[in-house]
Amino acid sequence: MFLINCPYCGERDQQEFKAGGEAHIERPKQPTELSDDEWAEYLFMRKNIKGVQFERWNHAHGCRKWFNMARDTSNDEIKAIYKMGEKPPTQ
Amino acid sequence: MTQNLRVKSSEFIDETNRISFKFDGKTYYGFKGDTLASALIANNIHLVGRSFKYHRPRGIMTSGSEEPNAIVQVNPNSNITEPNARATEIEIYEGLEASSQNCWPSVNFDIGGINNFLAPLFPAGFYYKTFMWPKSFWEKYEFFIRHSAGLGKSPNTRDPDIYDHRNIHCDVLVVGAGISGILAARNAAKNNFKTLLLDEKNELGGSTIFEANEYNKINNNLASEWLKKEINELKNTKNLEIKTRTSVAAYHQYNYLLARENLTDHLDKKNKKNKIRQRLLKIRAKKVILATGALERPLIFNNNDRPGIMLSSAIKKYSNFYGVACGTKNIFFTNNDSAYESALSLHNKGIKVEAIIDIRENSDAKIIKKINDAGIKIYWSHTIVDTRGYKRISSISIMRLSNDGTSVTGSKISISCDCLGIAGGWTPAVHLYTQSGSKLTFDEERKIFIPKADTKEQISVGSCGGDFELDEIIRNLNYKLKNFLNIDKTDFDSIALENDHETSKRNIWLLPSDQSIGKTKPFVDYQNDATAKDIKLALREGFRSIEHVKRYTTTGMGTDQGKLGNMHALGIVADTAGVKMGELGTTTFRPPYTPLTFGTIVGRNIGEFFDTFRRTPMNDWHIKNKAEFENVGQWKRSWYYPEEGETMHQAVQRESKAARKSAGILDASTLGKIDIQGSDASEFLNRVYTNAWSKLAIGKCRYGLMLNEDGMVYDDGVTTRLGENHYIMTTTTGGAANVLGKLEDYLQTEWPELDVYLTSVTDHFATASLCGPNSKKILNKIIPDLDLSDDNFPHMSFKEVLIDKIKCRIMRISFTGELSYEINAPASYGEAIWQKCIEAGKEFNITPYGTETMHLLRAEKGFIIVGQDTDGTMTPIDLQMDWIVSKKKYDFIGKRSLYRSDTMKENRKQLVGLLTEDPNIVLEEGAQIVSELNQKPVEMLGHVTSSYFSPNLNKSIALAVVKDGKNMKGKKLFIPMENKNISVTVSNTIFFDEENKRINA
Repeated sequence: MFLINCPYCGERDQQEFKAGGEAHIERPKQPTELSDDEWAEYLFMRKNIKGVQFERWNHAHGCRKWFNMARDTSNDEIKAIYKMGEKPPTQ
Repeated sequence: MTQNLRVKSSEFIDETNRISFKFDGKTYYGFKGDTLASALIANNIHLVGRSFKYHRPRGIMTSGSEEPNAIVQVNPNSNITEPNARATEIEIYEGLEASSQNCWPSVNFDIGGINNFLAPLFPAGFYYKTFMWPKSFWEKYEFFIRHSAGLGKSPNTRDPDIYDHRNIHCDVLVVGAGISGILAARNAAKNNFKTLLLDEKNELGGSTIFEANEYNKINNNLASEWLKKEINELKNTKNLEIKTRTSVAAYHQYNYLLARENLTDHLDKKNKKNKIRQRLLKIRAKKVILATGALERPLIFNNNDRPGIMLSSAIKKYSNFYGVACGTKNIFFTNNDSAYESALSLHNKGIKVEAIIDIRENSDAKIIKKINDAGIKIYWSHTIVDTRGYKRISSISIMRLSNDGTSVTGSKISISCDCLGIAGGWTPAVHLYTQSGSKLTFDEERKIFIPKADTKEQISVGSCGGDFELDEIIRNLNYKLKNFLNIDKTDFDSIALENDHETSKRNIWLLPSDQSIGKTKPFVDYQNDATAKDIKLALREGFRSIEHVKRYTTTGMGTDQGKLGNMHALGIVADTAGVKMGELGTTTFRPPYTPLTFGTIVGRNIGEFFDTFRRTPMNDWHIKNKAEFENVGQWKRSWYYPEEGETMHQAVQRESKAARKSAGILDASTLGKIDIQGSDASEFLNRVYTNAWSKLAIGKCRYGLMLNEDGMVYDDGVTTRLGENHYIMTTTTGGAANVLGKLEDYLQTEWPELDVYLTSVTDHFATASLCGPNSKKILNKIIPDLDLSDDNFPHMSFKEVLIDKIKCRIMRISFTGELSYEINAPASYGEAIWQKCIEAGKEFNITPYGTETMHLLRAEKGFIIVGQDTDGTMTPIDLQMDWIVSKKKYDFIGKRSLYRSDTMKENRKQLVGLLTEDPNIVLEEGAQIVSELNQKPVEMLGHVTSSYFSPNLNKSIALAVVKDGKNMKGKKLFIPMENKNISVTVSNTIFFDEENKRINA
């Protein structure tokens, strides 16, 4: 079970959190302008990579804030945690 | 019976405390401190069970949790019996009863023993190969397979014991209290780290504590004596918590470990009472020191499984720790020096050691001379080729090993014995290390897997890290501790160490016999009866991956997870396939390290604590009025209120009629309620609901439908505008938490620019829903001052009023189609307001109704229930609710998906009404719908989603989703059931009061 450093509350057990899938997928501002394929890309397509993956997490049983996490899926190492709206770390 | 193999008093056994226990129905005696295994051996009992597949007699092999054979049924005659307990771990107590497993009628005469002679018929993959054909026989096979599957019998009543969970946070966790663990814990605690030391045994000190090797010395004392003093000091160390009888089951990421603390299993029945039996420790440690030691390896040779064949280290423990001789004529068989120490221990206590068989050519160790002095014969370069003795080993046959170790030569020598100690070297216990996600590396020279690297959060010390000799252990321990704890010196930097060194090594995974392998039984996994033969067969049949070989042969898949034989299985695979062991990798060690009881896993979360119940403020009234309850999410909702002698059907029919005829009242407190405030609240609602909200006047209510981004209906409910920037949203009972989560997600991540604040107020309000033509009169009695005229208080509007000085919100909204008012009172006044409604309604025969009647009434009106009439694949268009989807709004959640080719295609399943030809037949919810009865294959058009007998229409009604249902009105369809085909006609979804007149009645 991970120990997650919530950017608002500090280190808490994973059981307080909810995983929310891939991060940095912005909802299109003008959905009606999009083709079916473009909309499907936003709606359905998600990465599942071995290595560093950017994910959304929510401190559901805590402050209820959403934040982002860079996690290495091969060893579950949490590389970085950063707030919504912040850019992912480059490394 | 006497304990005739008790050889010498031991400081670990309390001989003044004699304890009686029963094994297989007979009474025996042991002493306080004995395990069931040591007490049985003291009574000269080795045969304790039968093996899984061949039903071969099996005895006690080890002295610890790695035991594969001596697994017994505890309290066999009780309903709360426990199977598969290891005799080597059960501490005896007065009144303990245990019995053998996997044998019938008895362990001494077992019918299943015939399997041993049929063994050639049971090769690896026997089940896969045999029971495949003929296909139709499977049910017959299954009966026998189920009958013979499993070991032991499960309890058949509720476990009466108490279990518990505890969270622990510590700076340093030390797993294993052998010499390494003790020294590590002492250093950590002394340097002000909050330290926790765990060991699965009841005594600290590991194997050093009962060691008698005079060559192992610390500060000129025997290592065991020195360690005892350390242990005494340790008990007074600050910052240190010590837990014995505590086995670490799992090691997860970020130093999160689960351990089982055994609190009462060793106590007699009287002292067990009302105490917590086992406790699951959930430990989050900043740093973890693994000091889990090593497991002795057996040797794999022909017939290596007879009762009386034991690990050499176990024989030493039984004699030195428990004061019990495992046999009167002992032989040791070894590939290393450790067996000599065991042999010498026995010899010094006057227990006869006949011979030592060593596969090595020689050894320079000092202890060899002692053995020679003792007159014990050593057979160098020899191996055992066979053993005899059905229920107890009686003799061995040995032959000279060839130089390459693959064959035997010369003449066969037979030596009689009643106990054979086998010593195949040591396997570091790296199970927990690998569970943590860390990788192993293979030491080719020593043939062991050892931890690849220590980290800042975790180190392995002592023999689990690959250090086996005393000086090496302490030296490396000191070095590692300094780095790990960031300290300049340890307490043990300058202790004087002396020990014997092992110089000669020889490892042969599968020892040869004079017979061909096909005729031998060299067991690799004792518990699952997997032999080297089976492993070789698997390789011949083409299996290469060690994970596949494991599953095909079941090697390592018993309750012991193959702690003894897994390395040999790997070695045999590597040798046979001609690959290096390091390249082969290991099979995965999975948690738990030793089996856990279900009780420990669930702890206190049983019965009503398994999941949280939520009850409404009116719950006591419902109970008093004999409501039946149903679970809706976590809520307990009143389902119906049966009167004396009424069935559920009768109650629901009565409630439904009363609600339409005069007045009914429903507890709707469970509906989700979200308070929405902020200058962008209207815009926010515009984005989350399909319909438009900007023009909703203050004091008005509106029904809203919420979609997922994929266009499918997600939730629905009525939202009321309380003020310019203030709304109260209601959600479905089950969807409340998810809806709040979803709204927060959008606000925080997609629309952070919106000024909106959400607060869940579900629990803050109790809701009494008054319904029926007389509801206005009832409300008027409660609030005479309020003008209830349609002009002042029309349908879909809201008033804030005082009832007995209590501020209440009343919404005139309806889920039944009747004139209806929902009174929302502060939760703490919920029951009072409810009571008031009941009193005021008496003269109108107000009838409380539950969820079942609510469902029926709304179905008469064709109102959907999200989750019952929808299943995550229905768009509003599919529900024929086009009217609620705004065409003008530029965007809302799910809008774009309503124009995808898939959601727009013809022939989607759509919501329709169904009327049965025979109005008395009520369809089953979930029943499939077809258009042709004789079509093959028959096309399923859809299914029934809601179905009731309507007392107000006096006929059966149903809602269903049907392919192209929109265009099928009036069409005849069929519901094929087991015994009959039911004819139905597709209808409108609104069955009752189509003009919607009654809401203003």
